[in-house]
Amino acid sequence: MGPVLAVMRREFAGYFATPVAWVFIVIFLVLQGTLTFSLGGFFERDQADLIPFFQFLPWVLVLLVPAITMRLWAEERRLGTIELLLTLPLSQGQAVGGKFLAAWAFTLVAILLTFPFVITVNVLGSPDNGAIAAGYLGSLLVAGAFLAMGAACSALTKSQVIAFVIGVALCFVFAASAFPVVTDFLSHNLPLLATIARKLSLIDRFQNFVRGVIRLPDVVYLASQIVFWLTVNTLLLEHKKAD
Amino acid sequence: MEKLIEIEGLTKRFGAFTAVDGVSFSVSRGEVLGFLGPNGAGKSTTMKMLAGFVAPTAGTARLGGRDVQRETVAARRLLGYLPEGAPLYPEMTVTGFLRFIAEVRGFRGAEARERIARVMELTNLHGVRELPIETLSKGFKRRVGLAQALLHDPPILVLDEPTDGLDPNQKHEVRTLIQRMAPEKAIIISTHILEEVEAVCTRAIIIARGRVIADAPPAELAKRHPSGSLEETFRALTTAPLAEAA
Repeated sequence: MGPVLAVMRREFAGYFATPVAWVFIVIFLVLQGTLTFSLGGFFERDQADLIPFFQFLPWVLVLLVPAITMRLWAEERRLGTIELLLTLPLSQGQAVGGKFLAAWAFTLVAILLTFPFVITVNVLGSPDNGAIAAGYLGSLLVAGAFLAMGAACSALTKSQVIAFVIGVALCFVFAASAFPVVTDFLSHNLPLLATIARKLSLIDRFQNFVRGVIRLPDVVYLASQIVFWLTVNTLLLEHKKAD
Repeated sequence: MEKLIEIEGLTKRFGAFTAVDGVSFSVSRGEVLGFLGPNGAGKSTTMKMLAGFVAPTAGTARLGGRDVQRETVAARRLLGYLPEGAPLYPEMTVTGFLRFIAEVRGFRGAEARERIARVMELTNLHGVRELPIETLSKGFKRRVGLAQALLHDPPILVLDEPTDGLDPNQKHEVRTLIQRMAPEKAIIISTHILEEVEAVCTRAIIIARGRVIADAPPAELAKRHPSGSLEETFRALTTAPLAEAA
């Protein structure tokens, strides 16, 4: 565990070594606030809950999470430090885990900074705070799945821009796979794939959390997404680290 | 003599191109091996395979008896490695970077601080300890890379061009440092500076087109050319047509 924590600490501090972290957090909060209040009709709905907030959160994450993960491996490749890191006495899995945990911790900070929404809704009414807590747990798990996807994309290339674009595309596929546009098209042409697409959707799972329902299958599904993409990340490194 | 580095039939192919072709040698404690060869001869690739960064197509590399491919982490604990170009994290300070290396290597608290202070002393880094690495000159960066490789006082050192970018005084310091450490370690350094080989190495290997074409003490190698200079021998061996070289 020692090397994992060392990598995690270095990477986490790395976010704050440049203004990138602050820029990211501000943009995240502004975007999330704007969408919740204007498009989400937070006040007009006249209901004490955070449904509009959670409705937009995964989509903001689709766009911003790959920005958190794009540098994880691409930058190591560009600088050549990947050779330094991967010749230290730690396994590739430990390096992958440490970087993922750093990105997850950073995302946790960003998500926790949305606490004024919780305060606002508690001042204005009496919301179901259990459902809100479940929504936050779901957000963290969905963010984790996106982060693992983004990290794997970063291991593909030495260009952060390419890592970002592929990352957004990959996250979008898993977010949007249960959209009527997608499933209607598939059920007309390939019914079997439509069922699979609906099952794969992260958003459908996330909706359960937002309603305040924490189901074991949803937690297991999101956790296995994280494990799967971290494994992909490790394998990509194994095969392409010296390219 | 205790053989700390053992390489057998090490081969690396990139598609149709063979970068390293059946290289075998071993290095014992107390030896400083100079790794010579023209650019693209396979020096760095061999060192990358030794450090377990590049997987060989065939052959094995062992550090302290541990297979680099199979007992990777155990082998790497015995190794101090300076990769080609001395890559470092530019945004970290020198101290912060060495603290990270210490932490990954499992040193904590007072022991980590002592080790960091010791390698900073050895490589003369105290003056720049709190500066971000990206602001340092090439010579300082190279020394930070060296400090990182020496932090755990490993029995095996693999240094890819340790004096590249250093001024003559710094080169002298690094050579003195290597000579001082030599008796209790097995060291491989790659370099283009032949006088360096004569100054610090007990043995030299010349590699060309991925193959070992000479393996002898520098003084002996120098005698192979009528002029008695290592440089002439090097040039004669590495510019020879392939048939002769093989």
